[in-house]
This record gives sequence, C-alpha cells and structure tokens, in this order.
Amino acid sequence: MEKKIRVLIAKPGLDGHDRGAKVVAKALRDAGMEVIYTGLRQTPEQIIQSAIQEDVDVIGLSILSGAHMSICKKILKLMEENDFNVPVFVGGIIPANDAVELKKMGIKEVFGPGTPLNTIVKKIQNFFTEVKN
Amino acid sequence: MKELLEKLKQKDQRALAKLITYVENNTENNFVDDLWTNDSFVIGITGSPGAGKSSLVNALISEIRATEKTVGVIAVDPTSPFTGGAFLGDRIRMKKHFLDKGVFIRSMGSGNSLGGLNESIFDVIKLMDAFGFDYILIETVGAGQSEIDIVNVSDLVTLVLSPGAGDEIQLLKAGIMEIGDIYVINKADLDGTASLKIQLEHILSLSNSKKTIVETIATSGKGIKQLLENINDLLNKFKENGELNTRKKQRQKRHAETIVIRKVKEIISKIEPEERVSTLVEKTLNKLCGII
Repeated sequence: MEKKIRVLIAKPGLDGHDRGAKVVAKALRDAGMEVIYTGLRQTPEQIIQSAIQEDVDVIGLSILSGAHMSICKKILKLMEENDFNVPVFVGGIIPANDAVELKKMGIKEVFGPGTPLNTIVKKIQNFFTEVKN
Repeated sequence: MKELLEKLKQKDQRALAKLITYVENNTENNFVDDLWTNDSFVIGITGSPGAGKSSLVNALISEIRATEKTVGVIAVDPTSPFTGGAFLGDRIRMKKHFLDKGVFIRSMGSGNSLGGLNESIFDVIKLMDAFGFDYILIETVGAGQSEIDIVNVSDLVTLVLSPGAGDEIQLLKAGIMEIGDIYVINKADLDGTASLKIQLEHILSLSNSKKTIVETIATSGKGIKQLLENINDLLNKFKENGELNTRKKQRQKRHAETIVIRKVKEIISKIEPEERVSTLVEKTLNKLCGII
C-alpha cells in the first residue's frame, strides 16, 4: 500500500478567517492527501502537539494577522525542541520582505494570495519526495 | 522499530504516533499481537452526520480526565472513493485537550471498507492498549444505515441521535438503530427531544433487552456525567457476565476475517476474468490454499 501524504493545516494566532485554509485543504484532499484540520486560533504548542500525534509529513500554516514572524519563529523552535522535523509552509498575507526572512528562518515556502492551488499541491508532493529520500 | 517499541512501553506519544502510521501502511503486523494487554475499554461512538459525535467525545474526554483516567481517541472521517484523499476535521471540537498529556487524539481516514472503518483500526486499538490508555474512544464516520462495523470492534457501542433527524420509521429500520448498547439523545435542548425519546423508548421496548437512553447537551456538558456513569456501569456488567470477553474475542475473529477477505480480493484481482463464475471461485480457492 502506498503511503498517503498526511498534512496538518492549522490557523495559528487570533484572526478568525479560514476560508483560504479550507480552500487549500480541499485542494490537497482532492490530490489524494489526508488533511488534518485543527481549526481556528491555535497556539504553536497546540499545533506541534497535534502534528506529533497525527504523525504528519507536512505542516501548513495560514496566517492573516500580521503576526507571522513571531508565530513561525515559535513553531520552528518548538519543532526543534521536540526533534520533530517536517517541512512547514505558510500561506496568507505575508509581505515580500518577510517572506524572504521566513525562508531564511527555515520555512520551506510562502504562498501569497492568488497562488494557483496546483502549485501548492505540486510543492507539497515534492517536499514529501524529499522527506522520503 | 525495536527502538519505537521500547519507547512505546515508556509511554512516548511520538513512538505511538509513528507506530500507528506504520500499521496503517502495513496491514499485517504480528508484532502488535504480542504487545497488547487487553486492559483498555474500547468504546464506539457512532451516529448520523451532525448528531454531535465529536462534541460528545470532547465532553466525554473532560469527564474521564476528571477521574484521572487516560484516553486515546481514534477519530474516523471518510476517505474519498475517488481520490483516496480525506479531510479529517474532528480534532477541531477537541481543541482543549491538545496539550493534555493524558489524552492522545489520532485522526484516521475510513479507507475503502464498506462498514465505515479502516482495516488498520484493529492494530491501532492494540497499540493504544499497549500504550496503556484506560479508555479508547472510537468516533466513527457519520454513519449511514448500514455502517455498523463498529459493533465488531468495540466493547460497548454508544449510538448518538439528535432531534429532528427522522421519524419513527427510521428508528424501526434494521442496521444502525440496532447496534447501540447505550442510546444518547444529544442536542437535548432542541425541540423534538421529548417526542424522540418517547419514540425511542417505544421501539426499544419492542425488543427483549433493556437499553439505557441518556439525554445530553455535549456543548454545555449537560448529561455527560450520567453518560459516563452509564457506560462504566454497563462495562462492569459486561465484565461480570462474560460479555466483555466474548466481544474481545469477536474482535480478534473479525480482524482475522478482514485479513482473509483482503487476501481473497488480491487473488481474484490477479486472476484472468473467466466466463464462468464457478471456475473463478475454484481457481481462487486453489490459489488461496497454495499460499497457506
């Protein structure tokens, strides 16, 4: 049996809009992945704990609140502390300069508004192949 | 693998998570057979979509944790028969337990089975049992009328209903309505609760066994204490009268059965189609005997 890619889609922080997260979740589902959605207003600790229990291959964060720098920093730090190493991608309203910074920090990819769903699916599939090798 | 098993014994949640992934992708695992202690209570929570199963599980976790017992949750959501993908969204209702070390929540796609459960669920139960959870709660997919496999997997089945979902004729139909050991009317603050209860009592009175009906409002926690008490009472009763043992054995049998059925399917898929069904059957049986 071929292993399915398991993706955690999470909404950290305080903003209450998850339309984008749901659209991406649906696209990944349609691409044959198992998507675990954790809902709104999650702390980094809750997200990492869920990711560990669900043993996901990829984490996707949707952030619109502007707090992306601090949230991502915290998440990467928690992953390191827990020795949990999977690719993390971020979607939402992220200024270009910040996107560069985030990638330097260790975020695999930043998807701004209007990114074709196909691109996101492809990228994740590639990440997964990387993990496997 | 050895390392993971060692860590599992030390109650390492990451090891448990990794082993679950392993058994999901490798359906036959003899090593799991030697691990389990058979001490956990396995409780199935089933019912139609939207009856409030996840919220009920959430409330039950709180109630169980109040007694210092630990809980493993398997939350099953449907796998797409078209793409093989799944949207697993039951954790959303259980947020407040994410950081509790005594709670482990795992989402699972239903796979391709018809009864609403993934074949790997048998091994996942054993792993959670080996980890040492007092209770294992299995939340099924929003069940249709014939998705009753949960009966063959749990020590006790809780059937969740909510007002406004149908008339008395629905309650009389075979299948899902028959499988409850305890019936829960959730969303008991909605109109129609009283009449649903009367109808349900009436239908249940037509059968010989006496079943409990509990009214709950999962979102506010009302009735949950009583539900857990009823569950524990019934489990104790099952323990005394041997029913628990019978059900656990039934689960083993069912597991063996699913493995055999899968093997038969594999063999049939490899045989060239024949004009006659009987020839196909004969060939399959011959091959099956060959691999034993």
